[in-house]
Amino acid sequence: MSFSVPSSLEAELDELTTHYPVKRSASLMFLHALQEHFGYISKEAMEWTASKLELQPINVFELVTFYPMFRQEPLGKTHIKVCRTLSCALQGSAELREQFCKRLGLDSQAHTAQTTPDGKFTVEFVECLASCGTAPVVLVNESLYQMVSPAAADEILRKGNLK
Amino acid sequence: MAEQFKLITKHLDEPGFSPDIECYLQHGGYAALRKAVASPSRELADGKKLSPQEVLREDVKASGLRGRGGAGFSAGLKWSFVDRRSGKPIYLICNADESEPGTFKDRQILHRDPHQLIEGMILSCWANDVKLAYIYIRGEMPEGARLLNVALKEARSKGFLGKNILGTGYDLEIHVHRGAGAYICGEETGLIESLEGKRAYPRIKPPYFPAILGLYMCPTIVNNVETLCHVTHIVNMGAAEYAKLGTPNNTGTRIVSLSGDINRPGYYEIEVGKVTLGQLIHDSNFGGGLKPGRSLKAIIPGGSSSKVLKAGEVFKLNRKGPDGQMSKIDVPMLDLPYDFDSLQQAGTMSGSSAVIVLDDSRSMVKTLGNLSEFYAHESCGQCTPCREGALWLAKATHRLTHGEGRKEDTAYLAHIAQNIQGRTICAFGEAAAWPVLSFVKKFKDEFDAQGAADEAARAKGAQPTHRPSPVGTLNPH
Repeated sequence: MSFSVPSSLEAELDELTTHYPVKRSASLMFLHALQEHFGYISKEAMEWTASKLELQPINVFELVTFYPMFRQEPLGKTHIKVCRTLSCALQGSAELREQFCKRLGLDSQAHTAQTTPDGKFTVEFVECLASCGTAPVVLVNESLYQMVSPAAADEILRKGNLK
Repeated sequence: MAEQFKLITKHLDEPGFSPDIECYLQHGGYAALRKAVASPSRELADGKKLSPQEVLREDVKASGLRGRGGAGFSAGLKWSFVDRRSGKPIYLICNADESEPGTFKDRQILHRDPHQLIEGMILSCWANDVKLAYIYIRGEMPEGARLLNVALKEARSKGFLGKNILGTGYDLEIHVHRGAGAYICGEETGLIESLEGKRAYPRIKPPYFPAILGLYMCPTIVNNVETLCHVTHIVNMGAAEYAKLGTPNNTGTRIVSLSGDINRPGYYEIEVGKVTLGQLIHDSNFGGGLKPGRSLKAIIPGGSSSKVLKAGEVFKLNRKGPDGQMSKIDVPMLDLPYDFDSLQQAGTMSGSSAVIVLDDSRSMVKTLGNLSEFYAHESCGQCTPCREGALWLAKATHRLTHGEGRKEDTAYLAHIAQNIQGRTICAFGEAAAWPVLSFVKKFKDEFDAQGAADEAARAKGAQPTHRPSPVGTLNPH
């Protein structure tokens, strides 16, 4: 499959580049936009970003491997990020993640993000989401769910199944 | 009873208060900006004349405002370090990469009152001759980034931002820049590298003090969201009035993030130093006490990087007596005024003003295990002591929480932590080491007992649980 960036997205990114006196600064914003559009960051997307910003591909690759939000393979349509850090852990975020994994048939002992074979869900433990007062919190795609009860977790899965 | 003092959070929870500019204007928004740009220059006693911009810089210094991000450094002094003679442009960056575990105050401002931040930023930029500024918001806050972009557009359309602001001839542009999930971007030089499109490897100081060699090697100011909001109120109230809030050397208000084992977690704004740790936890206006039947075990007083306080500790604090003489007095932990200096004298820090409360159902070993895993994950990997050491700390606490502990682990943890602190480019080394050092010192018995119990169980043939990281439940052991 050939890689192509829609002209509207390219225009948006060209405009973004003007926000910085040095083109390279736009790298993270490029990667966010490309990941949002394609679902992940491919080798081609990195090469395209590099050529647009007059960089070497390695300059982009090292960002993708450094920043936890970037991924090199497609994930589930519903991406569930459960906060792992202290305040959420105190309110049972480990149990919450286990519930998600169990319901979806995923390995709750695994270290990294896991995706269901049908591509519908990815479950991941992430570090502090800065909403400790409403623990436990879960970021589902771009929406923050707070004080997530076991019932609320099942509701997240129900919604995801409709997608 | 201790009360909140709502300056920054005044309107946040009001019914009907929305993040749009019309609502902000109805609540007196952008009056401070109008006031500042119309203010006259000031003549000093020695005949020296200060421009209106210099007046605001002096006022921020006089207000006593200290940075709300973590270090608590004087904001006015930070501004005064900016190299104004280099001929290079001066940049300002708002650090909205809120990610210190326990902290969720900036989130409230960004999502509910973005114009308060933008007005504070415009004022700060104007005072420092900044023409281009950025808001570095953490990647996990896409909604916040969207709201900020809308708010910036509104501010431009009303003439508060862009070319010739309010007809003064002053030009300023502010852009939103999103991070991508790395805690280290909250460190100001790491943030600058990240904004330059690189890995967020913190820079070594000297020579890379942002005030001299910051973004694109130009003089740069990096201020926290809450700090910038205070500038608006300093202009509105006047520096002298503002400085009356709080306590000497700890002026103004602060938003405290309360979480953990309390009845009313949430954010509470207080006059700095006017409320004690005990009031924050127990008063019905604040944390509302612990769960029924529970007693206090420990407090992490200033974000996860601060040293833990143990219930029942008593500290020696410097206090001025009625005769004006300084003397040391005993202050029990719960009577510590929540401010910068008292917590520092108690051997810890108020950091990002995030208080995490732990009751007697919690295992300190498991709690430290959770935190150590955070630091192992978030070390940027640039300095060997931190990259390797943070991982070793996490491995040792992992052992202790999975039936593989050893008697010598308490001493081992302290040894590793001591070899990280002071040996790294940035303060992350201390951030990873301090929780460990304070936990194993103050709760040594618990760590020793865990190691001994694991050894005894293994001698009887018990198998380690072999649960891989991430660690399991933190609930009562």
